[in-house]
Amino acid sequence: MYLWFHKLGSPPHFYRIAGKWIPWLSWIFLMLLLAGLYGGLIEAPPDYQQGESYRIIFVHVPSAWMSLFIYIVMAVCGGIIIVWHMKLAEVVLISSAPIGASFTFLALATGSLWGKPMWGTYWVWDARLTSELILLFLYLGIIGLHNAIDDKRVASRAVAILALVGVVNIPIIHYSVEWWHSLHQGPTVTKFDKPSIHWSMLLPLLLMALAFQVYYVLALFQKCRVELLQRERNSKWVEEL
Amino acid sequence: MSHRLSLTQAFVFLLRRDLLLALRNRAEYAMPLLFFVLVITLFPLALGAEPELLARIAPGIIWVAALLAAMLSLDSIFRSDFDDGSLEQILLSAHPVAVLVLAKVSAHWLVTGLPLLIVAPLLAEMLGMPSAAQTTLLLTILIGTPILSLIGAIGVALTVGLRKGGIILSLLVLPLYVPVLIFAASAIENAAHGFEVSAQIYMLLAFLFLSISLSPWATAAALRMSAT
Amino acid sequence: MSTSTLLETRDLGCIRNDRQLFANLEFVLEAGEMLVVEGPNGCGKTSLLRILTGLRLADGGEILWRGDPIDRLAGDYYEQVAYVGHHDGVKHELSCLENLRLARAMGVPSKRELDEVLEQVNLYAYGETEVGSLSAGQKRRLALARLLATDSKLWILDEPFTSLDKTSMSMFASLFEQHLEQQGLIVMTSHHDISLPGQNVQHLLLGTQA
Repeated sequence: MYLWFHKLGSPPHFYRIAGKWIPWLSWIFLMLLLAGLYGGLIEAPPDYQQGESYRIIFVHVPSAWMSLFIYIVMAVCGGIIIVWHMKLAEVVLISSAPIGASFTFLALATGSLWGKPMWGTYWVWDARLTSELILLFLYLGIIGLHNAIDDKRVASRAVAILALVGVVNIPIIHYSVEWWHSLHQGPTVTKFDKPSIHWSMLLPLLLMALAFQVYYVLALFQKCRVELLQRERNSKWVEEL
Repeated sequence: MSHRLSLTQAFVFLLRRDLLLALRNRAEYAMPLLFFVLVITLFPLALGAEPELLARIAPGIIWVAALLAAMLSLDSIFRSDFDDGSLEQILLSAHPVAVLVLAKVSAHWLVTGLPLLIVAPLLAEMLGMPSAAQTTLLLTILIGTPILSLIGAIGVALTVGLRKGGIILSLLVLPLYVPVLIFAASAIENAAHGFEVSAQIYMLLAFLFLSISLSPWATAAALRMSAT
Repeated sequence: MSTSTLLETRDLGCIRNDRQLFANLEFVLEAGEMLVVEGPNGCGKTSLLRILTGLRLADGGEILWRGDPIDRLAGDYYEQVAYVGHHDGVKHELSCLENLRLARAMGVPSKRELDEVLEQVNLYAYGETEVGSLSAGQKRRLALARLLATDSKLWILDEPFTSLDKTSMSMFASLFEQHLEQQGLIVMTSHHDISLPGQNVQHLLLGTQA
């Protein structure tokens, strides 16, 4: 088991394995996406309160989940980088950041689009959206800091620390924003938080979540391979490619 | 062979050194305080001096100004030491760096955060904040500004070696300041209306203890990284 | 490995800006010995010294002090090391004495009185003077005075003689000799040719490593 983990951590080995998986992952992602979209856009009945416009949750909610999940993955990589200095963890961390930021942005954009038919404005200072906005800043901070440091090994350690500090702060920020929102917005129930969980709605939601997960792994593998080539360009195994 | 100083002695030594340096660089340390006052002055100019409006937004703008002033002052924690090689000497010390970092951050707070306690009541008066809220204002500043120094120190430690470090520092640190802002402003506002503030104050105290226990380690790790 | 081996490196590597500066670097330093690191500019002399102090992580290999890896020893290793790098490491707003007191607080104080230390580096008259008003050579002497103010076995010096005149250079050269005679160790780089006759001096040439 340890040997497998150790082997996976070796860049040339990962490069090969990731390369083999990419076509499979693409197909799986497409199938899940189509199934989820079909279930969400066509099969699921219109919500009795919001009509058709609620359907955006099938993109909005999984995006928000992914934005949080990816940050946690980055924080775990951060821990691995600081303790074991594992090169692959460095690559996974920095490759995940733009993907995570994109999901965060997608969550914000879909939340915004949802807001328009609901409340007539594109932006609502809702607790979830505000938290997502701050999360976007945290992602941009990691990307920015990594860009600003020339030596990429040092940069990896810097963003590792930042990711760990961020992950500790995320629950704090989330709780603070929830608290703030409940103070100022009164008892308005936002449909962001609790869509009526009917099976015909839950299934497509889960399918979309799974599809996004697969997409993350797919995009991650692609980005990691590029990043590995970039970082190891002077090493033997790259020259042999 | 004589032995190294006790950790407490080293802590006090470094704290006093930083206070001494601040004393000899008075002008540099006065700037954030002036900035604090200046920013607050801008709001009545921008929004009109209607007493009701000012009194309502006073808690918020005082704390936003405090955040911005803290951001401005952060650079001074490690910049000078980084430039003249003293930071390396601190990292090579026989004592745990996290504790030495805590000494430096404490000195920073004493020099930049504590003075706000003196200036804030005056500004609160200028903005028409009811006196009932002013005690809470002081309490939030007393508990909140050390948190700003502690969290800010992590950001400075990460960016002190960068050419354009100051720009990215705000991006890194301001999102982390949001919880302090929320609870501090809310506490003062509650106090102004005569409501309970214990929940907010307890949250701030919790943040403070969390920061004191975790931030020095993160800062020390970041400093080692920056010194490479 | 004899019992007087204090500093040892195994398989040490360094990568900077994607270039492998050196790899598989090995040397052994015993009490009373000095290592002079030589090589062209940019070959990694400063990086090697910083790796030895622990300020920089090695890209492979390990460094042992009395047989233990230095990252595990941490504070116990640092208290035996004195480092004078490119920067002087002194605060310009403080006086010479204040700077030396701080150096002692950070490390292990030596038995010498600070007045004695300043006397030895010809800065006695500047004890209470702010360092900012001193010349470059005087600041460098103060930086090196740290070596006398603290009690450290291993001196790691990166171009210690920068800005020094010939008298100061020979004064410090004899200080280095004394340190070696008292069973201390020195690792240094220098553009200047310092001769320490009668001492155990190893030379390490970088820039020719694969």
